[in-house]
Amino acid sequence: MQRVFGRPKGLTELPFHYCPGCTHGVIHRLIGEVLEELDIIGDTIGVAPVGCAGFSLDFFACDFVGAAHGRAQAVATGIKRALPDKLVFTYQGDGDIAAIGTAHAIHVAARGEKITSIMVNNAVFGMTGGQMAPTTIGGQITTTSPYGRDCSLVGAPIDMPKTVATLNGAVYVAACSVDTPKNIMETKKCLKKAFQVQQAGLGYALVSILSTCPTNWGLSPADSLKWLRENMMPVYEMGELKVAEEVKAL
Amino acid sequence: MSKELMKGNEAIGEAAIRAGCKLFFGYPITPSTEIVEYLSKHLPKAGGTLLQGEDEVASINMCYGAASTGARVMTASSSPGFSLKQEGMSYLAATELPVVVVNVTRTGPGLGGLGPTQADYFQCTKGGGHGGYRQIVLAPSKGQELYDFTMEAFDLADKYRTPVVILSDGFLGQMMEPVELKKRPKAELPAKDWAVGGCKGRAKRKVANYALTNEIGEANNLHLEAKYAEMKDSLQRWEAFQAEDAEYLIVGYGTCGRIAKSAVLKARKQGLKVGLIRPITLWPFPEEAFANLDGVKGILTVELNFGQMVEDVKLAVECRAPVYLHNRLGGMLPSENEILRKLGQVFDLAVEV
Repeated sequence: MQRVFGRPKGLTELPFHYCPGCTHGVIHRLIGEVLEELDIIGDTIGVAPVGCAGFSLDFFACDFVGAAHGRAQAVATGIKRALPDKLVFTYQGDGDIAAIGTAHAIHVAARGEKITSIMVNNAVFGMTGGQMAPTTIGGQITTTSPYGRDCSLVGAPIDMPKTVATLNGAVYVAACSVDTPKNIMETKKCLKKAFQVQQAGLGYALVSILSTCPTNWGLSPADSLKWLRENMMPVYEMGELKVAEEVKAL
Repeated sequence: MSKELMKGNEAIGEAAIRAGCKLFFGYPITPSTEIVEYLSKHLPKAGGTLLQGEDEVASINMCYGAASTGARVMTASSSPGFSLKQEGMSYLAATELPVVVVNVTRTGPGLGGLGPTQADYFQCTKGGGHGGYRQIVLAPSKGQELYDFTMEAFDLADKYRTPVVILSDGFLGQMMEPVELKKRPKAELPAKDWAVGGCKGRAKRKVANYALTNEIGEANNLHLEAKYAEMKDSLQRWEAFQAEDAEYLIVGYGTCGRIAKSAVLKARKQGLKVGLIRPITLWPFPEEAFANLDGVKGILTVELNFGQMVEDVKLAVECRAPVYLHNRLGGMLPSENEILRKLGQVFDLAVEV
């Protein structure tokens, strides 16, 4: 029998333990496929964050380093500077990259650090039980914004990829979503490009991916995807936000 | 082997290069700044990489990343900056990564001033970060030791897979002294078969310390405790100066160790049997230096803080002799006469100063 679909080599055999309907699994798979297709599993070092995505260090088939909360990009910088010929990527949630790790997120981009960052944005702190994140949208109810996020009191959500795109060292910035098969395919293209940018040594690449958190949003997986489309997509600018000239030539 | 007149901070930088340090990540802060400046100039020429991080938190985490690849890496800071590194230090201890961290202290608490102080003793020796861990702490007292200890710190870090702290101060860091630029001594070190670097041709490796089950958490802690016990057995180091027949011991490290040595010489001239114990490893604390206290009538610890090391001295002495403290604060130094006066006062001795 011909095998038409299987687990990509970029992933280990461990079953994902993410909550039902959470899109971490889809994003993991896409990265796993990209690692396999670019044939870089043996040359890549991933950096895991704290939070749900912290377990990613067991799921990818490449070497992995677990960082402190928010510090993945500083850790990745150290790895890349020690091993410039290897591919280094961070896999972080929005809390990691847009709250506690903001300084590092800005400065890896400013330095043009030759790493790839993947930001998974589900608009809440997931593992701690759905607290307000910098990416929580206006009016959204979380355990620490029980009356809905009041932007006049706590500020409006941060559009991190848009912010990072303003920095010279960031040569490729894409804002994607995995809510539909079409968008999943688009996301994979962007992820692949973000690794190719690094392979070519062009600079810093960030791919932000809108993701769901059915458990903390209190919605079914299907309703979560609908909520993402109706509430997150209008707030966050989508698409390839920055493609530097040298990246276009890839 | 050449001898050069160098600032203490520069001696640290030069020793790091000669010890094979390939990466340095740091953020400038007085009075440690000459370390990052010296290495900015000389490390790239030696084939290494220096990156000025956006802050101390970034810098220590960059060290964490570089150390996870097995590279020799160092950072340096001064007290408030060293505080910021504590999160990273806890993680480095947990993942057993070899890193050398220099703390050229400034006074505190808070921003403080630039004078010599030993107020970071607790922070360095008791685990300034969370979770309960230990790290090797070396206390140089002159330019040559800043050089020698820095060089050796890399070997100790690799041997025990642990962060090693060089605890200096603004006085030692800024003072110029002749330093013999010794070659790196040969050391037999374990292979870094844990380092990440791409899994081509071998099984995947990970450097991490997530322990969400209590059983794993306890096992991890017991593993570290066993390592720390071994370090306590094998690493204690101190200088004993005219201590063999001493009736009174002065205990001081670093800058205080130097001043106390002068006090001992002055006391001996007066026929007083005074000796010095100068701890070199602050962790593990050299308890063995106090194993035999026969004939010792009293001990005076001299420190530049409210009295931090004196607690370890008391634990080591176990009430076999009275222990007193003489201290100065906020960047002030005790004079040798001041130490002798205190010695005379607490032990009822006729001391001329």
